[in-house]
Amino acid sequence: MLDKVTKQKLVVIGNGMAGIRTVEALLERAPDLYDITVFGSEPYGNYNRILLSPVLAGEKTVDDIMLNTVDWYEDNNITLRKGETIAMIDRRTCEVVTDAGDRVPYDRLLIATGSNPIMLPLPGKDLPGVIGFRDIYDVDRMIKASTDYRNAVVIGGGLLGLEAANGLMKRGMNVTVVHLLDTLMERQLDPVAGGLLRKSLEERGMVFKMPAQTQAILGEDRVTGVRFGDGTELAADLVVMAVGIRPNFELAKKAGLYCERGIVVSDTMQTYDGRIYAVGECVQHRRQTYGLVAPLFDQAKVCANHLAMKGFATYDGSVTSTKLKVTGIDLFSAGDFAPGPDKEEIVLQDANRGVYKRIILKDKKIVGAVLYGDTIDGPWYFQHLRDGTDVSHMRERLVFGAANLGDGGVSGQNSVAAMSDETEICGCNGVCKGAIVKAISEKKLFTLDDVRAHTKASSSCGSCTGLVEQVLAFTLGGDYSAAPKVKPLCKCTDHSHDDVRRVIVEQQLKTIPAVMRFMEWKTLNGCHSCRPALNYYLLATWPGEYRDDQQSRFINERVHANIQKDGTYSVVPRMWGGVTTPGELRAIADVAEKFNIPTVKVTGGQRIDLLGVKKEDLPAVWADLNDAGMVSGHAYAKGLRTVKTCVGSEWCRFGTQDSTGLGVKLEKFMWGSWTPAKVKLGVSGCPRNCAEATCKDVGVVCVDSGYEIHFAGAAGLHIKGTEFLTKVETEDETLEVIVALTQLYREEGWYLERMYKWCDRVGLEQIRKRVVDDVANRKALFARFAHSQQFAQTDPWAERASRGVDRNEFAPLAELELA
Amino acid sequence: MTSWIEIGALDDIPRLGSRVVRTPGGNIAVFRTESDEVFALDDRCPHKGGPLSQGIVHNKRVTCPLHNFVIELASGQAVAPDEGCTHTHPAKVENGVVWLSVRQAAAVS
Ligand SMILES: Cc1cc2nc3c(=O)[nH]c(=O)nc-3n(C[C@H](O)[C@H](O)[C@H](O)COP(=O)(O)OP(=O)(O)OC[C@H]3O[C@@H](n4cnc5c(N)ncnc54)[C@H](O)[C@@H]3O)c2cc1C
Ligand code: SF4
Ligand code: SF4
Ligand code: FES
Repeated sequence: MLDKVTKQKLVVIGNGMAGIRTVEALLERAPDLYDITVFGSEPYGNYNRILLSPVLAGEKTVDDIMLNTVDWYEDNNITLRKGETIAMIDRRTCEVVTDAGDRVPYDRLLIATGSNPIMLPLPGKDLPGVIGFRDIYDVDRMIKASTDYRNAVVIGGGLLGLEAANGLMKRGMNVTVVHLLDTLMERQLDPVAGGLLRKSLEERGMVFKMPAQTQAILGEDRVTGVRFGDGTELAADLVVMAVGIRPNFELAKKAGLYCERGIVVSDTMQTYDGRIYAVGECVQHRRQTYGLVAPLFDQAKVCANHLAMKGFATYDGSVTSTKLKVTGIDLFSAGDFAPGPDKEEIVLQDANRGVYKRIILKDKKIVGAVLYGDTIDGPWYFQHLRDGTDVSHMRERLVFGAANLGDGGVSGQNSVAAMSDETEICGCNGVCKGAIVKAISEKKLFTLDDVRAHTKASSSCGSCTGLVEQVLAFTLGGDYSAAPKVKPLCKCTDHSHDDVRRVIVEQQLKTIPAVMRFMEWKTLNGCHSCRPALNYYLLATWPGEYRDDQQSRFINERVHANIQKDGTYSVVPRMWGGVTTPGELRAIADVAEKFNIPTVKVTGGQRIDLLGVKKEDLPAVWADLNDAGMVSGHAYAKGLRTVKTCVGSEWCRFGTQDSTGLGVKLEKFMWGSWTPAKVKLGVSGCPRNCAEATCKDVGVVCVDSGYEIHFAGAAGLHIKGTEFLTKVETEDETLEVIVALTQLYREEGWYLERMYKWCDRVGLEQIRKRVVDDVANRKALFARFAHSQQFAQTDPWAERASRGVDRNEFAPLAELELA
Repeated sequence: MTSWIEIGALDDIPRLGSRVVRTPGGNIAVFRTESDEVFALDDRCPHKGGPLSQGIVHNKRVTCPLHNFVIELASGQAVAPDEGCTHTHPAKVENGVVWLSVRQAAAVS
């Protein structure tokens, strides 16, 4: 380990949210790299500035909002110099100078000085009783004023102003909010939502003067009133200016660092001096400054990556969403909602319930959302906005939210605030609201990921994600889930699925260690999330060349059976198109009896499932099934599972085509192929659709004149009808289109991303263009699939039952008889 | 005193994989890391008893196949934020042979 003397020195200016987040992230990545010193003007540890609003409103105390107490700094060997302000950066000698003249050297410097409230240059602005709303000191002064005085004026009807006004009102003051424009929070709200907000705040006793321009602040020794442009005056003992913030970059500018509206940084969070980094509100990145926490946390992560000398993460900017933290008012806004010629709007207004929703679409994607009164779907819209999902297929029902689309099992018309602590939030893991709230406050959790890790809520099916985010927002008063534009593949890397797939091809990477080395994985052998993903990507990219890595396969795919809760397995033999024979049934019956298999069950995909097989019996079970001509049904695979068919024209009086025969043909061609997530097909002989083809990954509905091909349906956690892809005339064309479609999905899908999610992400039209319209491309896709099938279509059961593959897997290493 | 029992060849355990040793007291999972270290743990996840031997091994950890608890091979401890601990047994490799010393679990009260 490096000792203090030889370690590099990192100095941090600003003990606020972005700076300390960066330090935390750095410690995670490289705990011993630096000797760290933090300077902070404020006389505290690190606290959650966002929660100053609830502190002002008397809903929380200062102790509640501490994130890192002084002990934390000590425990991590960080020198905290609180109450000390840096007056100068000396870049020539690489030193910072405190206001007391103390010089401290640095090897690397991090500037995180945040911003200052804008104080309007009005006459009287320096009078006692005129304050901003930024830190604990300001809040203390407001609380003090509320006990000594009666009348408060808040200048500025934005997020901050309204939270200040609400807090002061809760503390018993008469509060008037003065706003320059005629819409409150005009940067987040449209006029309708702004009006609704105003009405409900007025009902609580807040007074508004708007539009109105403040001309002067009156008073001799202390503020006594405010005068407006129209000559009217208002009595005031306290004036809070909340008209905006100004990035705090004087220090950087004086040191000769290039600044515009903030300290200009690159995608690696570096200033024009390579030794000096900057993060937070003081920064300008790609012409953008930020005033919310989520993007700053993104920046912190990237900055830490570079400070830790990993050197590959980049910050690409963030999209943000906001929520007003006034208890009892539900308001959510995200993205860009200014009207425009190329934009479409969907508006829902329900005056009785006090609900207003406006969703703004552009090019079939959500670009903005304003919700008032019912914000439960806020995170859901925000997710689609961030992901750039094509939402055209749900356009009509979009405004009703996730619950009404069957997208997410939980319908939530109530705000989580109204829920009791016992209300179950996550059905999968049985986590109730109280447990989540407790974990958030006791363990100081910030993000959805934190909550998932600590409580397991929303870590399984994810349909309660929206609710968990609401609980988070409600408990913390804000949603801190950072909003990176690209999602990393897993915690072992900052690269996205797409990046990884692209780099594998570009760099001809052919093994998992090669990918990890080249892309600078943060962990030694990855984890249970990335290894199976990489294994699939390599397998799909280099068929015949890449050797499947069994140790990177989830157990079900490694032993070709499904693990059950007691550690036994289930076995599902393939039944082509759901058709079986007396001989096969007899063999299954014999196997079940011979191996004492406790449960025999028919599955939803028209197969027979043998449940409760002991692992060591698997090869023998398979051998018997193989002898009767049956092969693995891949019921465990992220691959082609089943083709479900109806009896079609062969038997059914309505049948138009041989749906059974087509289903068998499809299954015989496609079995054995690995795909990003499971793929299930259905073929129905007429539009009565007895094979339920229109909720499958790919479905065929036969009609008199040919075959309608549908895809991107789902009937599990999410329920979604398929999209119509195209209609063709022959069985061969049907096969060609479906195979090409599957191949495109194999090449582009993210691991574990079902076909319908992939379609949402890349867009139906895009897919149709490449699979249907571009015939040459279709044929090329088909050929690539066919090529890879040469290597995929060996029965894994036969290999193991009679050819001794992986023999070790099924036998114990040793049997001990201990005394 | 530790009594070592020979249980097989190192090469019979896949790298980043595991094999099971049957004992009257239940299965013991023997893991092999990328750098050929071996670790032995009861084949029972502290969560709901999942067979750890069937999990994905990464670095000196294994992920339980049932609900993704991550267990430290050396200590048997679940990695935070999960909580729980699996009983470990001393194991070593000498000249390509794996040795195990079965430690009786502390009496369960
Ligand atoms: C009342 C309030 C409510 C808010 N609500 C929300 C919300 O709901 N959602 C949301 O996302 N965001 C909210 N914000 C914004 C959020 O708090 C900020 O975006 C965030 O704190 C900025 O982090 P930062 O590290 O850039 O700056 P800060 O957290 O302000 O930290 C900067 C620190 O640097 C110190 N400093 C400055 N100059 C020097 C110097 N020369 N020497 C030493 N120290 C120095 C300052 O004293 C300060 O402590 C709110 C802000 C306020 C004030
Ligand atoms: S889908 Fe049509 S053809 Fe098939 S069984 Fe039903 S009614 Fe008959
Ligand atoms: S079989 Fe499917 S639906 Fe039934 S309990 Fe298991 S995961 Fe849930
Ligand atoms: S039994 Fe291991 S994680 Fe649940």
